[in-house]
Amino acid sequence: MNEIYKTDALIAEDIDKYLEIHQHKTMLRFITCGSVDDGKSTLIGRLLYDSKMIFEDQLATLEADSKRVGTQGEAIDFALLVDGLAAEREQGITIDVAYRFFATEKRKFIVADTPGHEQYTRNMITGASTADLAVILIDARKGILTQTRRHSYLAHLIGIRHIVLAVNKMDLVDYDRAVFEQIVEEYRSFAASIGITEFTPIPLSGLAGDNITTRSANTAWYDGPILLDHLEKVELNQTAEQLKPFRMPVQWVNRPNLDFRGFAGTIATGQVQVGDDVRVLPSGRTTTISRIVTMDGDLDRAVAGQAVTLCFADEIDCSRGQIITAGQNPVEVADQFEATIIWMDDEDMVPGRSYWLKIGPQTVNAVVSQPKYQINVNTMEHLASKTLDLNGIGVATLTTDREIPCEPYAQSRDLGGFILIDKMTNRTIGAGLLNFALRRAQNIHWQATDISREHHASLKNQKPAVLWMTGLSGSGKSTIANLVEKKLARMNRHTFLLDGDNVRHGLNKDLGFTEADRVENIRRVGEVAKLMADAGLIVITAFISPFRSEREMVRGMLPAGEFIEVFVDTPLEEAEKRDVKGLYAKARAGQLKNFTGIDSPYEAPDAAEIRIDTTKMTPDAAADLIISKLIP
Amino acid sequence: MHVTNLTHLQRLEAEAIHIMREVVTQADKPVMLYSVGKDSAVMLHLAKKAFYPAPPPFPLLHVDTTWKFRDMYALRDKAARKAGMQLLVHQNPDAVRQGINPFDHGGVHTDMWKTEGLKQALDLHGFDAAFGGARRDEEKSRAKERIFSFRTASHRWDPKNQRPELWRTYNARKNKGESMRVFPLSNWTELDIWQYIHLENIEIVPLYYADERPTVMRDGLLLMVDDDRFPLAKGEEPVMRSIRFRTLGCYPLTGAVESGAKTLPEIIQEMLLTTTSERQGRAIDHDQAASMEKKKQEGYF
Repeated sequence: MNEIYKTDALIAEDIDKYLEIHQHKTMLRFITCGSVDDGKSTLIGRLLYDSKMIFEDQLATLEADSKRVGTQGEAIDFALLVDGLAAEREQGITIDVAYRFFATEKRKFIVADTPGHEQYTRNMITGASTADLAVILIDARKGILTQTRRHSYLAHLIGIRHIVLAVNKMDLVDYDRAVFEQIVEEYRSFAASIGITEFTPIPLSGLAGDNITTRSANTAWYDGPILLDHLEKVELNQTAEQLKPFRMPVQWVNRPNLDFRGFAGTIATGQVQVGDDVRVLPSGRTTTISRIVTMDGDLDRAVAGQAVTLCFADEIDCSRGQIITAGQNPVEVADQFEATIIWMDDEDMVPGRSYWLKIGPQTVNAVVSQPKYQINVNTMEHLASKTLDLNGIGVATLTTDREIPCEPYAQSRDLGGFILIDKMTNRTIGAGLLNFALRRAQNIHWQATDISREHHASLKNQKPAVLWMTGLSGSGKSTIANLVEKKLARMNRHTFLLDGDNVRHGLNKDLGFTEADRVENIRRVGEVAKLMADAGLIVITAFISPFRSEREMVRGMLPAGEFIEVFVDTPLEEAEKRDVKGLYAKARAGQLKNFTGIDSPYEAPDAAEIRIDTTKMTPDAAADLIISKLIP
Repeated sequence: MHVTNLTHLQRLEAEAIHIMREVVTQADKPVMLYSVGKDSAVMLHLAKKAFYPAPPPFPLLHVDTTWKFRDMYALRDKAARKAGMQLLVHQNPDAVRQGINPFDHGGVHTDMWKTEGLKQALDLHGFDAAFGGARRDEEKSRAKERIFSFRTASHRWDPKNQRPELWRTYNARKNKGESMRVFPLSNWTELDIWQYIHLENIEIVPLYYADERPTVMRDGLLLMVDDDRFPLAKGEEPVMRSIRFRTLGCYPLTGAVESGAKTLPEIIQEMLLTTTSERQGRAIDHDQAASMEKKKQEGYF
């Protein structure tokens, strides 16, 4: 056994001394990635086994499992140590990232074993996002594969600076130096093309144990570091974050009583001392730090990575999501950015749809534009694309509904890394790396006008509103909308009816019926309806508007209470039976694609303000009901 | 500029505090599961740090089986009082009525008191986020679990469809009825826990320290006779042995080890030189290879 593990003597003789050493260990987090069967799990199993992180009872289970389901005959199958889910053990593949722990005298290690299959890329990204180093495994017999390129690119993209090229299974190529060197050369030219300038190649065998914890006699020609030595000695530069300007996103305002008001958070970059001038963004207010509070007593100084509570000398406004920055070196505040997006959901990204964007503790509404390009991760080509599908990576512009303080991802993971969340399912569907804030947002100012929307409305002697009819094609939206407008006109109300078919002859004639086009259709109609409501009108719209998220987006554009969702509820069979325009027949015959209710979904409202059951109510009665709710 | 090297324990502490602060701002009604074991003790200590000088803004919940060691009940009440937190205790009323116990009911005991009891308590109070002290180094399916672990309205975990979890940006959003289990100690090892208890001087149940205690040997497990509910076989006599516990559960299900370790450094020393894993002292995991994964899918913590 390697001597770096030889701690038993010290533990037995002087436990206090051992504890003192262990207490000052640093921590290295790394991932292992590679194609299926490259031997990742075996390598980790070997590290755990050699570092005595496997106990006798676990070993007994492992030996039994190895014989039962292992792939190594009578020998121990180390992979079974890490593939922990039943499905993984059955299929012999890694599905989700597994975290494993071991320690030497100098460091504690957290290993994230990440899956090789392309379909589980999102799990690989999960493991990579917190790693300092990546071990990229290659089967010496197969050389560099598509997955090698993919994993290297992703590791580099997510910001991992230390790459180890582990050329595994050297025992199966007779420890041939030429094989190793050829692979290293090939990798070097590829790595340079994606911006990786430095990497550490090591020839090894996870199964036979060569060059993992002990230097192997089989590779006498190799004089570089063995894997464990390298992991122990690699410069982590964890203190580099402390040399950047001070930034701390506020997670929580601590206000136990009237005498204490502190701002709790984890310092993202830099350091802070009592007496430092700071600026709170986006408000821009300045103050000085009066205290750095922890339960172990106040600190004079705190650094990146520490979770603290800061107190200000002045009573200035500051809440969750805001960022406390160095007074003379604040961050940018913007509502439009260019970002690299990694799509992680089975459903494609929908440009124009509103998603939740969570950056640090802040959550805002965001819309992603059509990608500028998608990156072919295997060839690094830039491809034109209208969307991103599962595991797709592309560059696009994002617009948020309010200004947020941020920094490029390369400068700060905390202030430049964000996730996108689906508003309906709440799943994390994408990850984004902010490249830069766009100036455009700062240069187009909102022109203040003297006649306010209240003034417009008061001239018309009415309260503006948007009556948003939604329902299947042929449900009766247009008929009811038309009746509502006629009745309102008789009541001297100023109205305007926006009808789906009519708008598609003009404003939206460039749009089709794909999901993305439908989203854009509704976004434009929403903007027009909002302008008309600003002008004081009662707007009536009649659009299928099949997706909840877009209806919610329009609701969000308007002041509270002005958006009135009217669900014209007609069952599909009934609408199809009526088939006023003959469209259902065409759709059934396959002549009309993406038809709502047939081959495109309709998401019924959960909590519409008004629901009209057209099987129980005449259009006239429906119109009266709507007006009675609008004008009580 | 001066820089400070953070040790691995400082980084783990900061990570746990960060996680707890995220939960209280994203969840409507969080709760901390408190089992009175050493991991719970560390978790509670970290919660006090995270919100200092305020008390942690959530209650403690003990899902009780009525079969814990007496020392555990004593420390539970004391620790909650010292932290200034509300302590909720839930005992599954069905299990109370049916007198479910570990001697007569085997696996049903864990299922009804713990798995069902936990689900009942979460539903009863409407908690939408529950902190648990589980660590990834404990068991293979735990090693695969996210820090923020999403549960359906019926409390199920879907290991094949977990949310991606990047950096320290946690997504705790969910729909009504759904919930989150959150594990702030995910990246701690057993050694880290002991070392932290030692450094921070955290009070733990005395049963972790060796002492002379009445014991019997059953099916390879060394069991402590904690009260007179322990049915002795004919001719069976409790024997005084110097024992301690590496893990604490229901007393008839938790195996002790013979030991002379009376201080934390001695415990750590013994742990580092030992050759069996922590969970071996628990009868629950021995059933089948993937038993913990199955239990977790069903809602066990």
